[in-house]
Amino acid sequence: MLHLYLIPLIFALIGLAFYTVLGGADFGAGFWELTAGKGPRAQAVREHAHAAMAPVWEANHVWLIFVLTVVWTAYPTAFGSIASTLSIPLFIAAVGIIFRGVTYALRAGATGPRELSAIDTVFSISSVLTPFALGTAIGGIASGRVPVGNAAGSEFSSWLNPTSLLVGVLAVTAAAYLAAVFLCADATKLGDRRLEEQFRRRALGAGIVAGVIAVVGLGVIAGDADRIFDRLTTGAGLAGLVISLVGGVATLALVWRRQYELSRYGAALAVAAIIAGWALAQSPVFLPGLTVEAAAAPRATLIAVTVAVLGGAVILFPSLALLFRLVLSGRLAEGGESVDLRPAPRLVRASRQGLLARGALACLIAGIGLLTAAEADWAHALGVLSLFGFVAFGFPAALPPHVLPQHNDAKPR
Amino acid sequence: MTPEQHYLLQARQMQALSFSVHIPLVCFGIAFPTLLLFVEWLYLRTGDPLYRTLARRWTNVMVALFAAGVVTGTILSFEMGLLWPAFTATFGSVFGLGFAVEGFSFFLEAIFIGIYVYGWNRLSPRLHFATGIPIALAGFTGSLMVISVNGWMNHPSGFRLSHGKAVDVHPFKALFENAYFWHELIHMYVAGYIVTGFLVAGAYAVLRLRGRWGRYEQTALAIPLTMAALAALVQVLVGDWSGREVARYQPIKLAAIEGLRETTNGASIHVLGWYSDGRVKFGIGVPKVLSLLADHRINARVQGLDAVPARDRPPVNVVRFAFQTMVGIGTLLALLALVYLAVRIRRRRLPRSTWFYRALALAGPLSVVALISGWVTTEVGRQPWVVYRVMRTSQAVTGARGIPVGYGTLLLVYVLLLAAVAWVLWRLSRKPLDLEPSLSAAELD
Repeated sequence: MLHLYLIPLIFALIGLAFYTVLGGADFGAGFWELTAGKGPRAQAVREHAHAAMAPVWEANHVWLIFVLTVVWTAYPTAFGSIASTLSIPLFIAAVGIIFRGVTYALRAGATGPRELSAIDTVFSISSVLTPFALGTAIGGIASGRVPVGNAAGSEFSSWLNPTSLLVGVLAVTAAAYLAAVFLCADATKLGDRRLEEQFRRRALGAGIVAGVIAVVGLGVIAGDADRIFDRLTTGAGLAGLVISLVGGVATLALVWRRQYELSRYGAALAVAAIIAGWALAQSPVFLPGLTVEAAAAPRATLIAVTVAVLGGAVILFPSLALLFRLVLSGRLAEGGESVDLRPAPRLVRASRQGLLARGALACLIAGIGLLTAAEADWAHALGVLSLFGFVAFGFPAALPPHVLPQHNDAKPR
Repeated sequence: MTPEQHYLLQARQMQALSFSVHIPLVCFGIAFPTLLLFVEWLYLRTGDPLYRTLARRWTNVMVALFAAGVVTGTILSFEMGLLWPAFTATFGSVFGLGFAVEGFSFFLEAIFIGIYVYGWNRLSPRLHFATGIPIALAGFTGSLMVISVNGWMNHPSGFRLSHGKAVDVHPFKALFENAYFWHELIHMYVAGYIVTGFLVAGAYAVLRLRGRWGRYEQTALAIPLTMAALAALVQVLVGDWSGREVARYQPIKLAAIEGLRETTNGASIHVLGWYSDGRVKFGIGVPKVLSLLADHRINARVQGLDAVPARDRPPVNVVRFAFQTMVGIGTLLALLALVYLAVRIRRRRLPRSTWFYRALALAGPLSVVALISGWVTTEVGRQPWVVYRVMRTSQAVTGARGIPVGYGTLLLVYVLLLAAVAWVLWRLSRKPLDLEPSLSAAELD
C-alpha cells in the first residue's frame, strides 16, 4: 500500500533517475572529451559533446538540487546523518560541480584551440570526479555504513569501501555509456556519419564495460554488504536488476542496429530500473536502525511537499518538454542567421515622458506616506507597491531621450 | 567545549564566504533579465540593430554569470548538510519546503535560460522575447522562497519543539504567514537592481572615461543607471522600514546595530565609533534619533543588549560596522542617484562631468560591499542563534572533522572562480562591436 510517508521518497527517486540519465549524459560527455585524444578529429568529438550539452546542462543539474531539497524536507534526520558522515565525497562532488560550471562560463570567453583545450581538460576531469564521488556516497548508504546522527559514521570507510568504489566506477561508466548513446543520436541528426560512427563505437564499448562491471560488482557486493545483496537477488530487487539488464542489452542491440532514437529510451529504462531495484531492495530501511516511516517528517510537511511537487510538475514538465523539443529539433544552437524585423513606431512620445514623471512622483509620495508614515501592515504592502509603481513610471520617464527611440530615429513602417 | 563546537567559527566563515560569492550573482539573476528584456523589447519595437547588439552582448554576460550562480548556489545547498546537519535534521521539515519550491523556480530559470541564450536567431523574435519572461519571474520567485526561509530563521513560527524534535509542523504557515520576511524580500529585491544597475552602468562609465562614448555606450549606460538610481532612492525608504521591523521583532539585533547597552527611553544614535565597555566610543552621537527611527517617537523605549544574558548577544562591533557600512554606502548611492536625476531633469541629458563617471565606476563595487554588509548585519546580528531563540548555531554545526581543510579548499576554489569570471567578462568586453559604422560613429551628446 502506498503510504503518505513514501510519496516524497518516490519523488526523490524519480528525480534521482532523471539526474542519473540526464545529468549522467552530461558527465559522460565530459568523459568522452577527456578520452578524445588530440588532433582535429578529437576536437570535433569535443565540440560535438559540448554543443549538445550547453543548452541543457543547467536544467539537468537542477535535478540534483531537487533530490536534495525533497530529502531534507521530507526525511530531515536521514539527510543530516548522510550529509555529515559522507561530507568528504559530497564536498568533492561539490568542488567538481563548481569547476564544471566555471568551465561552461569560461568557454563563453575563450578563443583559440589552446585555451579551449585547457578549459576542456578541467571540464573533463571534474566530469569524471563528480559522478564518481556521488556514486561512492550512494554506495555508503546502500551498504549500511551511514548510522543515524551528526557525523556518527566513519569519515573515510563510509565511502572508501568495496561497494562505494564499485558504485562510483559504475556511475562513471554508465554516464559514459548514456552520453555516447545520446551523442550518437545527435550526430545522426546533424548528418555527420563519421561522428556518428565514432560515438557508436564508444557506446558499444562503454555498454559492454558497464555490463561487465555490473556483473563482477554483484560479487563485490556479496562479499561486502550481504543485506543489500540478499535483497537485490530476491523478490522486487531482483526484478529491478533483471529489467535493468534487459534494458541495457536491448539498448546495445539498438545501437548496433543504428536505431539511436529508441536506444535513448532503452538506456534510460536501464538506469531507472536499477535505481528502483536498489530502493526496493533497501526498503523499508533508510539508514541502519531507521525505517523510511520513522525518518519521515510530520504529516503536514509530507502533504505540503507532495502538493508542492505535484504543482511544480505541472509547470516543470511542459517547460522541459519545450526545451528538449527545441534541442532535439536542432533549433537551439549558437550562431544562425539574423531575422529582419519589421519595425513598429516609437514607444514613448517626449510629451508623455512628462506625464509619466508626474505619475512616478505621485507614486513616490503615496509610497512615503504608506510605508514610512503609516503603521499598519496593509499600508506597508500598499506602500511597497506604490514604490514599485514609482520605479515602473519613473524608469521610462527618466531615460534620456536619445535612449528611448524617438520620432526621427524610428524607421517608417 | 563540545566536539561539535570545535570548528564552529570555521564553519561560519565558510558559510559566509559561500554567501558572499553567491549573493552578488543572485543580484544579476534578479535584475539582469529584466534589463535585458527591456532592451530586447526596444529592439522589437524599433528594429534598431543597436538594441539587438546590446541585448546579445548582455546575453553572453548573463550566460557566464548564471553558470557561476548555479554552481555557487549548489554549494550553499550542499552546505545545509555539510556544515549544519543538525539544523537541517531538526528543522528540515519546517523550512525545507521553501527550498523545494525554490527548486522549481530554479528549474524554470535554467530551462528558459537554455532556450533564451541558444534561441537567438533560431526562434521568431517575439517567441524569443517571450522565453525571457519566465527567467525574470523566476528571479523574483526564487528570492521569495529562499528569503522566506531566512525570514523564518529570524522569526521562527509554525512548529513546536518537543524533546529536541519539531512537532505540530505547519510549513506553509511557518514560511509564508511570517510577518518578518516581507521587508527582507523587498530589501533584497531592490538591492538586486541597485547592484546590477550600478555594476553594469559602472562598466560603461569606465569606457566613457577611456573615451569610448558613442550612442551604443550611452544607451548601455543609461538604461541600468536609470534603474539603479530609482532603486537606490526606493531603498532608502525600504531600508528605514526594515529597521523598524527589526526593532519590532529582533530588538537585540537593533541594540547590537547601535551598540546600546541599557534599555533607554529616547535613545540616541551614534555614527561611526567603536563599541567597548558597554558604550560607543569616538562616535558622533545624535540624541533621540534611534527612538525616532525605530518607533517614530522621540522618547520611545529601545531595548538594550542587557535585556538578555551576555551569552545570547551577537558580536556588537561586527554588526555595527557592517550596518554602518551598508547605510553609509546606501546614502552615497542615493546621493549619486539624485545628482543623475537632477541633471537629467534640468538639463535633459546625461551628466558631463568626469567626476560623475568616476563616482559611477566606483558605485558598482561599493554597492556589492553594501549588499554583503547588509547580509552580515542580519546574519551575524542573529547570532548566537541559527533559529532565533530556538537553536544555537553551535548546536547546528557538523561534527565532521574536515572543516578546516574544506574551508581552505573552498577558499582556493572561489579565488579561481572569481578570477575565471573576471577573465570571461574582460574577454567579452574586448570582443569588437558588430555595429553598422553609421551607428558607432554617431555622437549624440
